[in-house]
Amino acid sequence: MSTPRDSSPTPLRSSGEQSGGGPVPSADVLTGRLFDYVVALADDALVNAQRLGWWISRAPQLEEDVALANIGLDQLGQARSLLAYAGEVEGAGRSEDDLAYFRDERSFRNTLLVERSQEDFGVAMARLLIVSAWQSHLYAALRGSTDATLAAVSAKAVKEVAYHLDHAGRWVVRLGDGTDESHARMQAALDAEWPFLEELFDGSFIDPTLIGDGVAVDPATLRDAVLSTIGAVVDEATLTVPDVRPALGGGRSGRHTEQMGFLLAEMQHLTRSHPGATW
Amino acid sequence: MYGNDFGTPSDDPGRGAATDAPEGFDELLATEGRVEPRDAMPEAYRKTLIRQIAQHAHSEIIGMQPEGNWISRAPSLRRKAILMAKVQDEAGHGLYLYAAAETLGVDRADLLDQLHDGRQKYSSIFNYPTLTWADMGAIGWLVDGAAIVNQVPLCRCSYGPYARAMVRVCKEESFHQRQGFEILHTLSNGTEAQKAMAQDAVDRYWLPSLMMFGPPDDDSPNSAQSMAWGIKRFSNDDLRQRFVDMTVPQAEVLGLSLPDDAIAWNDETGHYDFSPIDFTELFEVIKGNGPCNQQRMAHRTGAHNDGAWAREAASAYAAKQAARLVAVA
Repeated sequence: MSTPRDSSPTPLRSSGEQSGGGPVPSADVLTGRLFDYVVALADDALVNAQRLGWWISRAPQLEEDVALANIGLDQLGQARSLLAYAGEVEGAGRSEDDLAYFRDERSFRNTLLVERSQEDFGVAMARLLIVSAWQSHLYAALRGSTDATLAAVSAKAVKEVAYHLDHAGRWVVRLGDGTDESHARMQAALDAEWPFLEELFDGSFIDPTLIGDGVAVDPATLRDAVLSTIGAVVDEATLTVPDVRPALGGGRSGRHTEQMGFLLAEMQHLTRSHPGATW
Repeated sequence: MYGNDFGTPSDDPGRGAATDAPEGFDELLATEGRVEPRDAMPEAYRKTLIRQIAQHAHSEIIGMQPEGNWISRAPSLRRKAILMAKVQDEAGHGLYLYAAAETLGVDRADLLDQLHDGRQKYSSIFNYPTLTWADMGAIGWLVDGAAIVNQVPLCRCSYGPYARAMVRVCKEESFHQRQGFEILHTLSNGTEAQKAMAQDAVDRYWLPSLMMFGPPDDDSPNSAQSMAWGIKRFSNDDLRQRFVDMTVPQAEVLGLSLPDDAIAWNDETGHYDFSPIDFTELFEVIKGNGPCNQQRMAHRTGAHNDGAWAREAASAYAAKQAARLVAVA
């Protein structure tokens, strides 16, 4: 195990670095950009797993405790594979745990969608539907990544998220087409989550070289397919696709909601209290 | 205690009812045959089993809470994954056990109602708080260890569905016990602070684990009937002794001490001696006055009540779907 790292925020890229027309980036910069990309996908899965873990012992029925634990475990497994790979790419000796436990919120790259508390079952299912629809299409496309590790992680993950999507879809339909109360609650939940959907399609944090080289997938290209997958469920559930304005994103740049600091304080507290310890 | 009968004498349905055994039942028990759901059985046998299996199931469900308490704070991603999987297993054990109870003609929803309104109990051990990460180790090693000692004989219990559920549960519990041992082993070989954390957890969980086996034999009124029926195979005190004998050498391997100066090998008995237990605390915990009784029940009933709308929606949707199928047909 290594000691905690400097957890000061990673500087945001200058606009010059982001444009594709500048000087040819050095190998170190490219490594940094692959690191950023892999960490972003990892953080989505890790933070989603952390929120799903809250449900274990709190679900509406025992079968659902089992299912949500199962989905949380899958997400955690994806996060671990991706964080371990990010550590390799970085080449500075950081392990999955260094990356999970010794970064502050300004260095986390997950979308805002996954980080907010979700202590309402309808909200949990609306979010799971959105996240799993997005991950399904993302991982399906990333199976073809020219990066062998990303392709292999995605090939495994795509099978898992297909189950998550099926599970979420069935619940959204049950709740939407269940009772009057559940219909209203499910619609409200969908309305609450919808503003955070758009950030999933923002690829501005990904270096265009990664996309051009077939390493990364431009999330904007997933938009139609993801919306169509979600829309089919929403229709079957007798619900309405929300007509709401997208919230401003920021997670990919480490600009999070106020809840993120609390999530990390809880998640990291013990590990940070014993730096260098093995568990 | 998982898998033991921790009712009070007043809920004993077996009193004076042992004579109503249907023809062949006593013979079946005498030849170690298995009683199956369609077999005739004494009403008191059925009721005792329902109570014991249901309370065993409730223990698995309430037992998710003390460990669930640390999922968000597990100190490594590997430990977090192991802990999530373990708590998931506990929900699964609850499901097997409710299914076993349902073969006796009861309904899971009714059993849960009885848990929620306090008519049925769950293991005393889950009324203790998990204060540090090391408690995940102590629970795995001591609490699951005690549960295994209790449950292994139940794999030969006279009621077939319960015995078969126990075979599956015991395999997973053994795995959990090893994981708990490994957590403590890592802590005990870690920093001074980690070792102190491990010792503190063992100090707090030792006596509550011994109490999981229930009251002493001379104060355990249901035991004789349960043993005659082949539901229980060994007395509370015998099982407790077996647990102590198993645990003392493991504590030595861990390099941790057990908080009882009287523990010593006794050549004459071939067992470890240990201090007499003051059971006042157990009876207080069983009566609802333990450190976490109210919290555990509030959490459980809270989840049940908060989820009612979703369960109602699932039923309403299923009914609509069935009606749609009929309409199509």
